[in-house]
Amino acid sequence: MSDNNIVLRVEDIHKSFGNNEVLRGISFGVRRGETKVFIGPSGTGKSTLLRCINQLTIPDRGSVWLDGEEVTNSGARINYFRQKIGMVFQNYYLFDHLTALKNVELALLKVRGMSRSEAREKALTELRQVGLEDWADHYPAELSGGQAQRVSIARALAMDPDVILFDEPTSALDPELTREVLEVMKKLALQGMTMLVVTHEMGFACSVATEILFMENGVVAEQGTPDLLMHDPKFTRMKNFIGQFDSYRGD
Amino acid sequence: MDQIAFIFDILLPALMQGLVVTLKLIVWSAPFGLALGIGVAAGRQYGGPVLSRVCKTFVFLIKGTPLLLLLFILYFGLPSIGITFTALTASVIGFILCNGAYNSEYIRGALLSIKDGQMIAAQALGMTRAQAIRNVIMPQALRRAIPGLSNEFIYLIKYSSLAYMITVVELSGVGKNVATKYFIYTETFMVVGIVYLALVTITTVAVNILEKRVAVPGMNRAAAAQL
Ligand SMILES: Nc1ncnc2c1ncn2[C@@H]1O[C@H](COP(=O)(O)OP(=O)(O)OP(=O)(O)O)[C@@H](O)[C@H]1O
Ligand SMILES: [Mg+2]
Repeated sequence: MSDNNIVLRVEDIHKSFGNNEVLRGISFGVRRGETKVFIGPSGTGKSTLLRCINQLTIPDRGSVWLDGEEVTNSGARINYFRQKIGMVFQNYYLFDHLTALKNVELALLKVRGMSRSEAREKALTELRQVGLEDWADHYPAELSGGQAQRVSIARALAMDPDVILFDEPTSALDPELTREVLEVMKKLALQGMTMLVVTHEMGFACSVATEILFMENGVVAEQGTPDLLMHDPKFTRMKNFIGQFDSYRGD
Repeated sequence: MDQIAFIFDILLPALMQGLVVTLKLIVWSAPFGLALGIGVAAGRQYGGPVLSRVCKTFVFLIKGTPLLLLLFILYFGLPSIGITFTALTASVIGFILCNGAYNSEYIRGALLSIKDGQMIAAQALGMTRAQAIRNVIMPQALRRAIPGLSNEFIYLIKYSSLAYMITVVELSGVGKNVATKYFIYTETFMVVGIVYLALVTITTVAVNILEKRVAVPGMNRAAAAQL
């Protein structure tokens, strides 16, 4: 477990919005190939945490390191780090005026400076990876939610990121579509992609996560392998949370 | 002289020359007016406090004063501080400023209607804000602004006649000259009116074609659903 396996390090992140102290000191390291799953009640700061990692939100205190380089306070170099830290959003945020293919191509052309043919090749490869090569020429409005989310995953993958942040990637989808997106994510995890995933999908968390971090009130309240958190009687808070969640859903 | 002969032998040939001047005014003004509109809208929406204030003031001044006054200043006023334009240039500058200011309002409205997620997703991929505006936000906003921008273009066709007030003999000016020379007012101005109508009709058809060409499936529906 040597430290040079750590690809992403988050140290003591604090963030307040006005008087609302959302993150109160969060630290963790992510080893290459790991999948860390974050769960926790709404408003706990999970999205804020992910956005602090790629500096879409600037933390008040603390630092983020990617492969030994500081992401926080990196000035214009942040645009380099953002290529290396992919992000997938709950509502996909596909570019509405571009086809699936062009959604994936755009940053390759404009940020990476690839040639047209190179970018196209790469984009098609990524679309194939998420099973949507045949949908390359469709616009976002013509895709199902599940397809749109898979395109957005392909778009993130195209930048060859070191790590991908997923913020509730399936929360806007019904169960059938949720499954197709989770399949893709599972495949990525097995291929060795490093992922941070905020989700309420406990099945996914338990089968894919190398570690689950249960967040509450802006701190990581419990942390461990799925097995440990689910079965060790020492841990109660996450189990309580899931319990409420399940019975709420069962009603 | 009978009316038919007047219209075909005298009026129309004269109007053709005026039309060329009117088209010159429009063709020189519209592209720069569009570019100015894009710049001012982007500056106001995404610029820093100073730039955004400058853009806002510019729009305020243009919207708040008559275009004719602007033309008078450009043509009759500026020479007194050593800046001299030909009448045609002064007209084009005035039209660009006016067209640009109003265009910027339509574009700004369209920019506001673009969901935040578009910018966030672009930045998350490593695009700078400028890249995101150029490649993601503006292409969408401009599509949504087409109806407003085409209205503005139609206004430009018509207010190009104000150039006559600073001695540019364009379509309306030619009409006026012919009418007073031959004392035939009604017919002359009706024919001039028909030429403007034709220009506006062509514009309307062209805009419809453009709108279809750049349409994105579902984008207008998505926009409509948001309203
Ligand atoms: N830009 C912002 N300005 C002000 N307050 C914000 C902002 N972004 C988030 N917050 C607040 O921060 C808190 C945490 O929000 P966050 O979205 O990170 O929670 P979350 O854990 O992702 O919740 P959910 O499960 O609902 O997505 C909330 O109280 C939210 O209202
Ligand atoms: Mg959230």
